[in-house]
Amino acid sequence: MNCQENEMLIHAYVDGELDLLSTVKLEAHLRDCTPCAQAHRNLQTLRSGISSGDVYFKAPNHLAERVRLALQEADNGEAYSSASVQEMSRRMPSQQLPKRMWWQFSWAWAGVAAAVAMAGLVVWRLDPGVSRRSQNELLAQEVLSSHVRSLMANHLTDVPSSDQHTVKPWFNGKLDFSPPVKDLAAEGFPLVGGRLDYLDDRPVAALVYQRRKHFINLFIWPSDSGSGQKTVMRQGYNLFQWTQSGMSYWAVSDLNSTELQDFVHLVQSHTPGTP
Amino acid sequence: MLPHLAAANNLARWLTRNGADAEDLVQDAYLRALKAFDGFRGDNGRAWLLRIVRNTCYTWLQENREHELTAAFDEETHVTEDSSSDPETLLLRSADKQFLNEALERLPLEFREVIVLRELEGLSYKEIAELAGIPVGTVMSRLARARERLQQLLTAPVKEPLT
Repeated sequence: MNCQENEMLIHAYVDGELDLLSTVKLEAHLRDCTPCAQAHRNLQTLRSGISSGDVYFKAPNHLAERVRLALQEADNGEAYSSASVQEMSRRMPSQQLPKRMWWQFSWAWAGVAAAVAMAGLVVWRLDPGVSRRSQNELLAQEVLSSHVRSLMANHLTDVPSSDQHTVKPWFNGKLDFSPPVKDLAAEGFPLVGGRLDYLDDRPVAALVYQRRKHFINLFIWPSDSGSGQKTVMRQGYNLFQWTQSGMSYWAVSDLNSTELQDFVHLVQSHTPGTP
Repeated sequence: MLPHLAAANNLARWLTRNGADAEDLVQDAYLRALKAFDGFRGDNGRAWLLRIVRNTCYTWLQENREHELTAAFDEETHVTEDSSSDPETLLLRSADKQFLNEALERLPLEFREVIVLRELEGLSYKEIAELAGIPVGTVMSRLARARERLQQLLTAPVKEPLT
């Protein structure tokens, strides 16, 4: 581990955002490396300074009243619809608020929500599409970040093995599904190993393949969301996404798009079902 | 009582560095939130609201203080690599509200933003990424640079004139 790399990891470490293996490695490094240990202490000093430093701006007392009045004015005295109150309660769970606050909140907003719902139906018809698209964008970004992190944090594999019969059973008990694992060494894409990762709010399988000096992360998790294939290029990386046999696949690499496409076709042809 | 008002106000206050503007923008943000409520999906109401507050503030900054948005990017390149902060000075000054406030205010906007979201609101990298529309990896590196810059500002010799 070199120290420039560690400097960044120390931040992820104090924020509790580092995976277990990297944490263990970094802690060992902090015991040996004086400059990094000092950087870590400085960071702790800084953070405790900020959290206890009273720099949080408290909302002035009149602000709540002012905003409430503005909302009421926007409300315009529309009749409350109990259906929309329930709808909002369902969608913005109350556990984030003390119950009493929640109810005052939802009643104050319900009328306006109902009024605007009628006026702006068209806008909201569009909205699911918009949010789905941006969710996909976010997911692509998430997949790419995972790929970059896996290389950056020196945490490419949890189970380094080119043997598919070692990698596949390793996922048993770690995932609630069994990812198809196939070594593609004969076709020029040797399997390097497997890893647990976390994407789209769930644990997923990450299979690592190699082509010359390039690594390919193949992320797999069950998903019933649509079909079709997508190709994205981001920050110099190529991403392929497809759904096959109820699983969502993401292949990401800095490998050129043609060879990555070859890889994708290989995986698809070794997997039951059509993409 | 309004949900998440404290967080909304704190974020707007740090982004605008002005109490009166922050209050106006918080009010705007709640009105916008009300209109957009039907589009709200998911279970993280606070992150959702903070995102609206952030967008409201950025629109306002663009219209009223455009130089700050561009200055933020310039300043990024000027961050010196030297991060050897003097631990004792750091300890003293990071515990000093006055110093800390001033240093935070002097941070470029996008650095200030990640510090506030992470350290004051306790959001995760993922939440910040979604809120600011940037990749998680960028959150990590930006936060790292922001903290480095903050340490430099805190440990810089006092004689340095405040800009």
